[in-house]
Order: sequence, then structure tokens, then C-alpha cells
Amino acid sequence: MEAMIALVIGVLTSGGVFLALRGQTFPVVLGLTLMSYAVNLFLFTMGRLAIGVPPVISATAEAYTDPLPQALVLTAIVISFGMTAFVIVLALKARSELGNDDVDGLHRDEDRRR
Amino acid sequence: MNSFAHLPVLPVVLPLIAGIVLLALRPGRPPGAPPEGDQRLAAYPLRILRAHGLSLQRGISLIATLALVLLAIALAHATRDGNFLVYALGNWVAPYGIVLVVDRLAAWMLLMTSLLAVFALLYAIRGVDAGGRHFHVLFQLQLFGLNGAFLTGDLFNLFVFFEILLLASYGLLLHAGGRNRVRAGLHYVVINLVGSTLFLFAVGTLYGVTGTLNMADLAVKLARTPTENLALVQSAGLLLFGVFALKAALLPLYLWLPAAYSHTSAPVAALFAIMTKVGAYGILRVGSLMFGANAGPVAGLFDPWLAPLALATLVLGTFGVLASTTLKQQTAYLVVASIGTLLLAFGLGSVDALAAGLYYLPHTTFAIAALFLLADLIGRARGRFADRFEPGPAMPGAPMLGGLFFVVAVSITGLPPFSGFLGKFMLLQAALDTPLLSWAWSVVLATGFASMIALARSGSLLFYRTHSTHDPASLTPPTCAALAPVVGLLLLGIGLALWAGPLSQHTAATAAQLMAPQQYIEAVLRRSSDSQPLAEAAP
Repeated sequence: MEAMIALVIGVLTSGGVFLALRGQTFPVVLGLTLMSYAVNLFLFTMGRLAIGVPPVISATAEAYTDPLPQALVLTAIVISFGMTAFVIVLALKARSELGNDDVDGLHRDEDRRR
Repeated sequence: MNSFAHLPVLPVVLPLIAGIVLLALRPGRPPGAPPEGDQRLAAYPLRILRAHGLSLQRGISLIATLALVLLAIALAHATRDGNFLVYALGNWVAPYGIVLVVDRLAAWMLLMTSLLAVFALLYAIRGVDAGGRHFHVLFQLQLFGLNGAFLTGDLFNLFVFFEILLLASYGLLLHAGGRNRVRAGLHYVVINLVGSTLFLFAVGTLYGVTGTLNMADLAVKLARTPTENLALVQSAGLLLFGVFALKAALLPLYLWLPAAYSHTSAPVAALFAIMTKVGAYGILRVGSLMFGANAGPVAGLFDPWLAPLALATLVLGTFGVLASTTLKQQTAYLVVASIGTLLLAFGLGSVDALAAGLYYLPHTTFAIAALFLLADLIGRARGRFADRFEPGPAMPGAPMLGGLFFVVAVSITGLPPFSGFLGKFMLLQAALDTPLLSWAWSVVLATGFASMIALARSGSLLFYRTHSTHDPASLTPPTCAALAPVVGLLLLGIGLALWAGPLSQHTAATAAQLMAPQQYIEAVLRRSSDSQPLAEAAP
């Protein structure tokens, strides 16, 4: 299971980095989203992988898994969700202000004349 | 529990509450815009609010920021003897809960931030804040994030406060919109989102290895890192360094800064003079506490990188200063150069150099903020030529603007008699005992000379190479109220020079406290053993 989780995180991260380096805003946003998925999984894994054990105290439990990374992931998910929403709106605004979806805006000559 | 027990949390709570109140008070839509709901049904107090929302917002925002100055002074006073104020949020003891820790460094940063914020706000309330509905809300939330980042003693909480201050800064950066602002803002947002992801990777790795997030507890556990985990801890630590270097705009991660800072509105750029210093603060705090001299196998993790990168940043920032085409762009590159000087002081590794850096820190923040505001005034006085470096009309009010520009330029480039000279002098003196002596002296002096030439050239072009083809009546001189924030920031700088003796003693004490992280660790972790409301570590 460890190897598989590691592989998933690795693939998500490399996919995210590849997309974030693209020249249009939409792939960049997708890349940032993939990277945030990867880091959320990574944070979750940092509490060690365990199957069928509860994170909170219960009378019947024999062992516990670390609850803290789950709380951290929750926080990180909320933050990355908000950030993704913001960057999507910003990308749309850039699309309408700059007239294209290139991350640099393509009408550089026109800008220079202004 | 005495009444001052809650003092450490107030600088975080006050701007948050002010921000929420301001959100409720936001001004109504401009006339002509489609109404929200049925206006006739709106209660009378609500209509009053809609009509006077902006002036109410200005008043409350200003009062909250001034109160923050008083709080910062109180905290600086309470920590001047080397006390640590440790505040356990929700009374959960460290290392299980989140603590806020006020030491000399945190109080110093708070005081600097709040003073800067007052003058940035004074400039903003003259009209910039009317460009969008949420300027004051974002401004207070920005202060909320900044203060939290300076106060927190928990690594994950530091991440959360970084996100808060970044999200507020995205809004402020894009305030009032515009083509160039959106483009620069997009770059700024994307690169900071990548930085946040890396921050989380680093925090996650450190938690996975040590099982704690409290910075004092981390310092204890990292000093006992077993050999098999050493590579993991080192990579996580350097990842953290990379993230802080990105926020601080250290080479090679500074390329986002000039565009973002030169295209945003003047008061926001002035406030952002503190934003790069948050990264520098992160490097200093984490570097001295978790990877300091007592950290055993991970001691001095940042040292091989910090000083050389700082020198290179200083050189490239100065090239940018020389090559700039507008005054705002030049100021933005001066930010990069100043972060180079600052991190050089932090990277030399001696107490004296650190003390010099901490003295240089408020000087450079106030001087650069003053130059951003002044660049905006000069741009307005020149009409359509704005702040571009090309001969334009003679400015109305040029003697006043030129005089102020001269003082700011002298201060920034580190010529006597202002605080910049004293800061650089102390830095060079401290560098005498370090192995980087020749590099530090040659680079700091040469770049200081180059930026002096660059600013002299800009000043003579803006103020002397004028042509009279334009009707001077169409240009309006800046009012006294507009000049007041600039003068105020300059007076702060002059105050730094006048009281250089006691202030440099204070920064020396701060540096000594940072170099002995054992006190910090004891203050935070002893809080958990005895249930005193405030644990004080007597030195």
C-alpha cells in the first residue's frame, strides 16, 4: 500500500508540475489543483497508513491512528479550495482584460505603445 | 489571571474583528448600478450606512490601525527585558495546542508593521480606497495575517497565517483592477500557490519525522535527529528555506516582484514593503530556532546558502535599479536590493551582523514605502508622463517633491546622516570578523554607489530635464495632506537615526536572544508543565 500511495503522489505531483509550466492559464490552474491533491494525500500519509482503526477515542478501539494529519488535511483542503476558486476567477478576469488566455497576455506590442 | 494575560492575542484578534466590522459597513454601490434588493424596504440606519459607508470605514480602519500601534508598543515594552509572553490558544498546552509567542523579535516586527500600516492607510484614505468596495476589509485582514505570522509558535499555524496574508494581498494587489495589474497579479498568485504547496510538503515531512508541529518542540526533536532520518529532515528544512526565499524575493526567486510591486496602487506597494520581510522573518525564526547552532546534526542548515544568495540578490537587484524605466519599477528593484542587504546581515552568522540587520530592517521598510508613495505623487504631478524616465513638463510643487525625493534617495542609498548609513555602517563593521569580509565590503559598497548614481540620474531627469511645451495649469500640485504620509515615514527614519544608540542596543539584545534559542524553547515548553497564565523565562 505504501508503494502505491507513493506512486500516486508522485504521478499527481509530476503531472501538476508539468501542467503548471504550460503557457495557458487553464492548464496552469489544473496543474495547481493536481499539486494540491498530491500534497493533501502526502499530509494524510504522514500520520502513517493504517486500516480500520479510529482516530478518536472509543471504548472498543484497540489501536488509534494519528488524528492530527487528518485535521491538517482538512485545513489544507479548505485553503486550497478557496485559492483554486480565486485563481480561476483571476484567470477569467485575465482572459477578459488581456483578450487571450496566455499567462503573459499576448498583445505585448500593443501594451508597449500605451 | 491578570488583565494583561490576553495581550499577546490582541494584535491578531483586533484586525480580524475590525475587518469583519468593516465588511458589514461596506459602502453601497455607485449611483447608476443595479440596486441590491428593494431599496425602499431597506431600514433607515442601513441607508445611512450605504451613504456614509466609506467615511465610516476610513475612520474605523484608522482607529483600529492606531490601536494596533499602541498594542505593539505595549508588547515591545513588556518584552524589552528579554521576557517571553507565551499565550496558549484555547488554553491547550504546548506542544499539543497552538501557542502565540512574543519575544523581542516578534514585538519589533509588530511595531514596524503597525507604524507602516498607519502611513499607508493615511495615504490610501485620500481616494485610492474608493477604487473598490473592500479595500479596508482586505487591509485589516492583511494586518491580521502579518501579525499572526509574526506571533505564532506553530509551524502549521505559520502556514495558515501565510495563506491569510497572501489571500488578502492578492485582493489588495488587484485593487481597482487594470490590465497590467491583472497580468502581474496572475503571476504573483500562481507562484505563491506553488510556494504554498511546497510549504505544506515541508511541514508534512517534518511532522512525519518528528511527530510535532510546535516550533520549540521541533527544535528539541530535530536536535536529536537519528542518522537515518537526517536526509529527510535536511530536505524538508531546505524546502522551507526555499519557500521563505520565495516570499522574501531572494535570488533566483525574485522575478515576480518588480512587476507586481510596480503595477499596484501606491499605498498597497508601500504596505507590501513589509511582505518580503515576512519571508526574511521566516528564515530568521526557523533558521535560528530549528536549525541554529544548538541543533546538533542539522545545525547551520541555511548557512551555506543564505549569504552567497543574498550577495547575488544584492548585485542583480542593483542592476535592476540601474536599468529601470519608471520610478516605481526602480523602487521595486530597490526592494530586491534591500532584501539582499538584509539577508546578508542575517547570513553572516555573528550576533553583531544580526543586530545590524535588525536595525536596517525598519529603516529600509520605511524608506522604500516613502519612495513608493512619493513615486505616485510625482507620477500624478507629471500628468500623462506619469513616473516614466523621459523628459516631461515641469512639475507644480517641484521644490517640495524634489526636496523629499532627495532626502529619501540619500536615506535609501545609505549616505550620512540618515539611518541607512548607520545600518550599513554597523553591517560592514560586523562583517570585519567574518570570513565573507571582502565579499561583503566590496558588494555592499559597490551596489550602494551604483544605486546612488541611479537615483541621482532619475532625480535629475525627473526634476531638471523639463520642457515647457505643456500647459502647466493642467497639472495640480500635491496637497499637504498627500505629502504628510511621506513626511511621516521620513520622520520615522530620522527618529531611527536620532535614537540610534538605544535602538541599536535593543537590536543587539534581540540578536543575542535569537542566538540563544534555549530560552525560547524553555519559555514555550515550561508553559505546559506549570499552569501559570504567563510563563516568563528570566535570562
